[in-house]
Amino acid sequence: MSYFIDRRPNARNKSAVNRQRFLQRYRSHIKRAVEESVNRRSITDMERGEKVSIPAKDISEPSFQHGPGGRRTVVSPGNKEFAEGDRLRRPSGGGGGGSGEGQASDQGEGVDEFVFTLSREEFLDFVFDGLELPHLERKQLRVLEETRPVRAGISKEGVPARINIVRSMREAQARRIGMKAPLKRALREACEALALEERKDPVLRNPARIDELKLEIERLEKRIASIPFLDTYDLRYNHLTHQPMPSNQAVMFCIMDVSGSMTQAHKDIGKRFFLLLYLFLERNYEKVELVFVRHHTVAKEVDEEEFFYSRETGGTIVSSALTLVNSIIEARYAPEEWNLYVAQASDGDNWDDDSSTCLELLDESLMPKLQYFTYVEITPHAHQALWEAYDTVKAAYPERFAMQQIVQAEDIYPVFRELFRQRAQS
Amino acid sequence: MTRRKPIATGSDWNFEVLEAYEQAIAELAREYRLDTYPNQIEIITSEQMMDAYASVGMPVGYHHWSFGKQFLSVEQAYRRGQMGLAYELVINSDPCIAYLMEENSLMMQILVIAHACYGHNSFFKGNYLFRTWTDASAIVDYLVFARKYIAKCEERHGVAAVEQLLDACHALQNYGVDRYKRPSPISAEAESRRQEEREAYLQTQVNTLWSTIPTPSSGLAQAPLHDDENDPLGLHRHGRYPSEPQENLLYFLEKNAPLLEPWQREIVRIVRKLAQYFYPQRQTQVMNEGWATFWHYTLMNRMYDDGLIDEGIMLEFLQSHTSVVSQPGFDNPYFNGLNPYALGFAMFSDIKRICDSPNDEDREWFPDIAGSDWLETLHFAMQNFKDESFIQQFLSPKVIRDLKLFSLVDDDRDDALQIEAIHDDRGYRRIREALSVQYALSAREPNIQVWEADIRGDRSLTMRHVQDRRRPLGQSLFPVLRHLHQLWGFPVKLESVEDGEIVRRYQWPIPEPVRESA
Repeated sequence: MSYFIDRRPNARNKSAVNRQRFLQRYRSHIKRAVEESVNRRSITDMERGEKVSIPAKDISEPSFQHGPGGRRTVVSPGNKEFAEGDRLRRPSGGGGGGSGEGQASDQGEGVDEFVFTLSREEFLDFVFDGLELPHLERKQLRVLEETRPVRAGISKEGVPARINIVRSMREAQARRIGMKAPLKRALREACEALALEERKDPVLRNPARIDELKLEIERLEKRIASIPFLDTYDLRYNHLTHQPMPSNQAVMFCIMDVSGSMTQAHKDIGKRFFLLLYLFLERNYEKVELVFVRHHTVAKEVDEEEFFYSRETGGTIVSSALTLVNSIIEARYAPEEWNLYVAQASDGDNWDDDSSTCLELLDESLMPKLQYFTYVEITPHAHQALWEAYDTVKAAYPERFAMQQIVQAEDIYPVFRELFRQRAQS
Repeated sequence: MTRRKPIATGSDWNFEVLEAYEQAIAELAREYRLDTYPNQIEIITSEQMMDAYASVGMPVGYHHWSFGKQFLSVEQAYRRGQMGLAYELVINSDPCIAYLMEENSLMMQILVIAHACYGHNSFFKGNYLFRTWTDASAIVDYLVFARKYIAKCEERHGVAAVEQLLDACHALQNYGVDRYKRPSPISAEAESRRQEEREAYLQTQVNTLWSTIPTPSSGLAQAPLHDDENDPLGLHRHGRYPSEPQENLLYFLEKNAPLLEPWQREIVRIVRKLAQYFYPQRQTQVMNEGWATFWHYTLMNRMYDDGLIDEGIMLEFLQSHTSVVSQPGFDNPYFNGLNPYALGFAMFSDIKRICDSPNDEDREWFPDIAGSDWLETLHFAMQNFKDESFIQQFLSPKVIRDLKLFSLVDDDRDDALQIEAIHDDRGYRRIREALSVQYALSAREPNIQVWEADIRGDRSLTMRHVQDRRRPLGQSLFPVLRHLHQLWGFPVKLESVEDGEIVRRYQWPIPEPVRESA
């Protein structure tokens, strides 16, 4: 007796729980491996999953086993030239060459690596583990213009497409019962009266009364029959209302200084920072738009390619970029509908008089609208006027303004983590 | 036999074709007296196959990170293309569950049906180890019970606590089986057994074993003061507990560990039961694979002879079969130990040859079976042996010659390795002996038993490792002792004994000032 079962439609992720358990258990190992790979690899590669290896000895499941030493006999196939009694030099490195026992034995042998692949989601989970978007919550709670239709009970009016059949039929039945009941009662009484009349002695019968009753019965039956099965009164519709929805979209402004002092290396560092921020925002919002603004003495909105790779020379006026961002926000991204993030990368150079303008711009127009402003200064040198101006802004908006210095590419990830570290909620 | 028309050709399959082939194979199998459990053949995807692999083929299993680890490594190997998902995975249950992967070609599906559904299945039903030690009809129900029970424990006591306990149990699972003592035949009435177990547990509750006040020995009054300086009154002369060494560590812990909660005992028991279920498989690798391979080979050839499969399928089959039974030599880069498929297939094929057309050598070596009915002899061999004894009984000089087996002695007191025997007249018996030992579980795994639980003293547990040919324990010993300590709750000691003398002692936790015992 045999039978076939097609199991293909069944769920395929039967091992998902066990997989999660494993990742959970070796969290610290995996995190370390992920951090290393983030530092080592170009961040553009982070979009895909990551191969992670952790030392096999750390995840081995121990059991009692024989160690090297003693006397053992191994039978192997494929003898070519050996004769009984031959003596062979012991292969150097490691105890006995006994692999006859086959299966995985982790007897002291070098550091084997256990290698596996994290999915993209899992990888990013580890990358952003312990980070949070500042003030994500506050923004989400604010009532915004955007709405979505929500079911809100049953109504008597509506379009045919939203008829609620069950409720309509129930109404109809109630109406029918309600309307028929008095008529049926009257009919029953009339029938009884008629029967009573007809049972009387013919002499005592009142023919007029009988005719009257017969007419009445006929009238009642007609009325009962004319009660409609379904009436317009019965119809009920599913009611939808439009509920305001917290905004689930963000726009990220990337501002970068492209003046002569910024080398391609500086820009690459900046790019990685922007990418990290983008990936991070993408995990928190359904929709993330990017706006690239580059500037030297004048600011310009550009596409991504131009942003990262075209070269410019000239001086630096940071306020030009801030002004442009402000006008873009006013034109396209109403703060009520969008979560606004600004990330700025620069080497810290600025036109001497401009830094105070920046301070004013930020303080008065930009910061009140923004969710978060991050500034990274890519320089090994001492800070200049811009940093000091920003320091003042930071003092005014400690929750929403963050700045850090980056010296080389390896610093990006730690700095990023520092900027978005989960803050203890009071 | 009249040649019939092939049931199907090409490499595409559908359910009607599979059913037709399954019936054809079943018919032939009956002819060869292959007695099987009913087959439940499940068509699955490759992802589902990976899932199945990760849970050792079990249709349901409890959750544990080690299965996740298994899954990740299978997935990694599969992605890199290092491993075609092996085509057979079959579960010793009644009905016998076998998996067919949807990506496989028609030939592969027929091969798996022959190999798993008739080869392995008949082995599960016929071999004495499986008959006496496992209960095929109850295993799936038991797995469901285990999964639910462990999930409930996780809910109640936290995932971490359960995981820790399972880690400890898994470390000892190879020692959770009755090796030397045959278990009483498993009765179908699992329910009543569970009842008994509960009573047994209650008994341990009232057992005076762990009462805090040591009861004076009844023989104390008559006992003369004996000459032990440390114990002049003979307070410790009560004989050891347990009086006999215990081979089944998990069983001993389940029944005697002083501090385990009832749910923890139940989980120890679950791991022990599953270890016992897999125990026969670990002892019959060569036989089981050899038997299944022999039968898929025989059945495929019969179907070809009968015209049920065409040349295309047959050629594809031969190619696949050849790679399954290939045995690279020890110096080949692909060498990975003896291939159980190759050895088992060679041995069963050779038994058939000895029966059908014996030569003088065979008559001398196998007087009982030379010239006998091959089918009868093959069934006898399948039913009554395990790898160790099967090799001892049936490894013929011809197979030794064909595989060019040789045995090598690696002795740490000798500065060189020595070839002890090769495939010649003087060597056959020695190679057979050595190979048989190599497959004996008792030689593969260190022999460790519970020696004494110091119930009157510090409650420490002492284990004895009977050392064999001076082979010491490997480094993983300490993590295992730590797990053992978690289960027992008091210090655990381990003594390695060779020729009646204690050669090494281990202890966990490691005592603070490390005292060297003389």
